[in-house]
Amino acid sequence: MKPCAATARQLGLINCHDCHLLITAAQAKAHQHCPRCGAHLHLRKPNSLARTWALVWAAIILIIPANVLPITVTTTLGAKQADTIMSGVIYFMQTGSWEIASVIFIASVFVPFAKLLILIFLLLSVRFRSEWRPKDRTTLYRLTELVGRWSMVDIYVVTILVALVKLGAVAAIEAGPAAVFFAGVVVITMFAAENFDPRLIWDAIEENV
Amino acid sequence: MQDFTIAPMFFHRIQQLLHKPFQSVHPPVPAEIIAPPGEYGPPNVLACHDCDLLNRLPEQVTATLLCARCGAVLYRYKPDSIERSLALTLTALILFLLSNSFPFLAMKSGGLIQETTLLTGIHELWKQGLHGLAVLVLLTCVLVPLAQMMGLLYILLPLKLGQRPAAGAAHVFRLVQEVAPWGMMEVFMMGILVALVKLGHMATIVPGISVFSFGALIFAMAAAFSSLDPPLLWDRLDLRR
Repeated sequence: MKPCAATARQLGLINCHDCHLLITAAQAKAHQHCPRCGAHLHLRKPNSLARTWALVWAAIILIIPANVLPITVTTTLGAKQADTIMSGVIYFMQTGSWEIASVIFIASVFVPFAKLLILIFLLLSVRFRSEWRPKDRTTLYRLTELVGRWSMVDIYVVTILVALVKLGAVAAIEAGPAAVFFAGVVVITMFAAENFDPRLIWDAIEENV
Repeated sequence: MQDFTIAPMFFHRIQQLLHKPFQSVHPPVPAEIIAPPGEYGPPNVLACHDCDLLNRLPEQVTATLLCARCGAVLYRYKPDSIERSLALTLTALILFLLSNSFPFLAMKSGGLIQETTLLTGIHELWKQGLHGLAVLVLLTCVLVPLAQMMGLLYILLPLKLGQRPAAGAAHVFRLVQEVAPWGMMEVFMMGILVALVKLGHMATIVPGISVFSFGALIFAMAAAFSSLDPPLLWDRLDLRR
């Protein structure tokens, strides 16, 4: 980092979140909203840490029923079989379709857990004003933002299965209670990532200098 | 020590390959900025959305610009952006209509044929009492993409026809960008593929017209969005002048 470099905050400028217009603090106070695109103006995302923590905790609570309860209930000739996310993965591994097993495992198990761990790590690092590798932590944040949406795959698979497999008594698939919890986890972690402000990572470094 | 330097270098090289020509901008000297900010910040300076560092933009940009401190992409050079994204948005809209009017998949099992379109799938979820889930799928796969396409047309058509920007176009563009993470058609496509393989064991699955048009739609949408040039659009939509 060059010593002459400055951030917008140090010079009293506010960067509009949406259109990236730079506005002086005095102007922002008068308008409250961006004069160009109408977005609400703030120096940093409001209450970023508290909101992200709240959403992370909500997701932690929901992720338990999402993994324990059945996500699909299959009826074949009168016999009912309930599948959780993990039992589906194991079934596909055993039947040899390891591509499907890995897609479901990565999208539905690995990504949500990794995302929560990364968010907790980022929140703690900001909380303790860490100066450890800020660039890598920013990259980590960008990654969680990018990859979170792919967890929705399982929800879509359930939608398609439910719509397609309804052959009366022969075979039918119903969505289990975990589907709702799992969708909740995906949506809530997406909001959590959206509410975290990566600039807080860099603020700590500037203030400690 | 070796291990610590190889990974970033490797990553840096990948970034270079992904968007060359590639250029890291130099952060400006504060004195320069304090002098001419006037009413709003100076136009040749951009604050990084990820780390808040002020970066100075060169006069003529024909490369991808990265933040000098955290490496976030600040600007991508895009020639003919309005024409290209308008054409691709219209393509996407046609494909979208096609995708929603024909069946996705048909399942054959012992003389029974079951066809499904995207909307009947959502309806089925609703009938099973999973209202929240049905609304979520409807939003992420139908309403958000449709709103994005209509919004882009609303913004781009007047600009292309050389008129003044449409009323409230800047607000519409902001909403189009804010809503973008919730359009998940490509994830849905992945879901179709997984479902295809999953059901392959149980019955004969016949992919319908929709699957193919949906596949094309994803690429058209992605191309329309990646050919947008937000800084240029913000400048054209700016009604303050």
